[in-house]
Amino acid sequence: MNAIFETPLYPYTRVADQQSAAPARHKVVIIGAGPVGLTLALDLALQGIETLILDDNDKVSFGSRAICFAKRPLEILDRLGAAKPMVDKGVVWNLGKVFFDDRQVYDFNLLPEDGHAFPAFINLQQYYFEHDLIARIREVEAQGAPIEIRGGSRVSALSQHADHTSLTVETPDGPYAIEADWVVACDGAGSPTRSLMGLDFVGRVFEDNFLIADVRMDAEFPTERWFWFDPPFNRGQSALLHKQPDGVWRIDLQLGWDIDKEVEKRPENVIPRLKAMLGEDVKFELEWVSIYTFQCRRMEKFRHGRVIFAGDSAHQVSPFGARGANSGVQDADNLGWKLAAVITGDAPEALLDSYDVERVQGADENILNSSRSTDFITPKSEMSRLFRDAVLDLSEHYAFARPLVNSGRLSVPCVHDGSPLNTPDALPGGPARSRPGAPCPDAPLGNGFLLSQIGGDFALLAIGQEPPQIEGLRSVNLANATPQMAERYLGSAPRALYLIRPDQHVAARWESADADTIRAAHARALGKTVKEEA
Amino acid sequence: MSKLILTPNLDKADDVYADLLTAHEGKSKAESDAFNARLILILANHIGDREVLAQALAAADLPQD
Repeated sequence: MNAIFETPLYPYTRVADQQSAAPARHKVVIIGAGPVGLTLALDLALQGIETLILDDNDKVSFGSRAICFAKRPLEILDRLGAAKPMVDKGVVWNLGKVFFDDRQVYDFNLLPEDGHAFPAFINLQQYYFEHDLIARIREVEAQGAPIEIRGGSRVSALSQHADHTSLTVETPDGPYAIEADWVVACDGAGSPTRSLMGLDFVGRVFEDNFLIADVRMDAEFPTERWFWFDPPFNRGQSALLHKQPDGVWRIDLQLGWDIDKEVEKRPENVIPRLKAMLGEDVKFELEWVSIYTFQCRRMEKFRHGRVIFAGDSAHQVSPFGARGANSGVQDADNLGWKLAAVITGDAPEALLDSYDVERVQGADENILNSSRSTDFITPKSEMSRLFRDAVLDLSEHYAFARPLVNSGRLSVPCVHDGSPLNTPDALPGGPARSRPGAPCPDAPLGNGFLLSQIGGDFALLAIGQEPPQIEGLRSVNLANATPQMAERYLGSAPRALYLIRPDQHVAARWESADADTIRAAHARALGKTVKEEA
Repeated sequence: MSKLILTPNLDKADDVYADLLTAHEGKSKAESDAFNARLILILANHIGDREVLAQALAAADLPQD
């Protein structure tokens, strides 16, 4: 057993709030110390917003769980100063193989684009991700950032008032009451907060079971993602093999619907399955076994007054495509600057409704992709299976069929087209990938990279021009664009001006603009009412 | 927008039809079904236009009147 699972990271201790005559008031209470809650807390604390995290546990989550972290979340974590140990530890992979029946039908290389600080994906156990986030939180806490994690603290009641929420916190010493200006529920797919508020969580149930086994082995499997459709060792079902750090391998075996979970989870049943897959001679040790079913669903709205939902508590997808934790980190990224701006009075409360609009859009995109992957992996009808098998058979011989093979469309960030925060595109010839609403593509800049220079404030990126000086905007000026900057930000335009949000999404872009135009776009991106120009 | 052709467009229509039947000769029902699925995917890729394919999908359902 890995010691990381046993070590309390934020053990319960008594706090002054428990003796307080009147309930103590906190600015932001985050419920749940998983990847999403920790990311959001770090983001808020780094902006000087007092943040309290409550979690009923005191350790990292058990088992590898989320294992694939995509470029955009790594860029977000880098902005928060937490990505480096993750990338150092994580396994970078680019090669994948697809098997059908008893043969390999093709292999592929993700061929990541050059000129990015971060790889397309790393494989890293969720417990390391959480561990590194907590280490970073401890670091900023020591530097005076207003952040606190309380373990052994479960929220058992919650009621909303005009300007705050009252919470009851259960502890080993009994309950106590606190108040929060804002509550963010990051308490997972089974969200107790959602239940306490009696909110719906509807969607599509997939009638299937998957066995996840993390095994430690000293085998010579390469650092690749292997996916099997209908293999001899798991007839009629699928299988996945993926490498994690520390010689741990993630094995995912589809089991079908009519099974006895408790029976299937027993080592005497799991081990023969794994031997059939890996070979009789391969020595391995089971680290973690779990059986999961999944649903694709979301809440109708993610904001309910002063209680906001983020991550799996708000939306749930199938694991194919690594869209759970990755999208949750993007929720945190989207919410962090908005909540801070509302709390400091820089933006009206209405800005938070754009979190709802933008992240519901993200969730719908993830649910669509994840449902399509699931329909390909586990065909729901005879005809669906016929086409699936036809695609796989063709993919062995013809390149055209390979893009149709869907064993998970790996997480890419959402472009917030149509967001109320966007100003219409005013850069003729500008590349589509950096249009208003899009996350800024990274590119080499000087000795470093663009995104680290944009940072986490509103920024004005000027290429090939002297921009107007505007208060409250970080200025990044580029006299001449490198070829990669030109390709990603100019297209066929001779020069460009980009207004970039604190979450590094493009709010507006022009060939050039005067100070008033830029200020209007800035105000719009902060959720302020902007008079439309005639 | 490209328009799906629903007027005669095959040179030697009888030959093409015969080719189709010949391709299925000696195949079981399951083999023929799989063959048809592969054929549809190959033709869809060749057409390469989602708009035209959408019109074809609608046309294949036959007009409801």
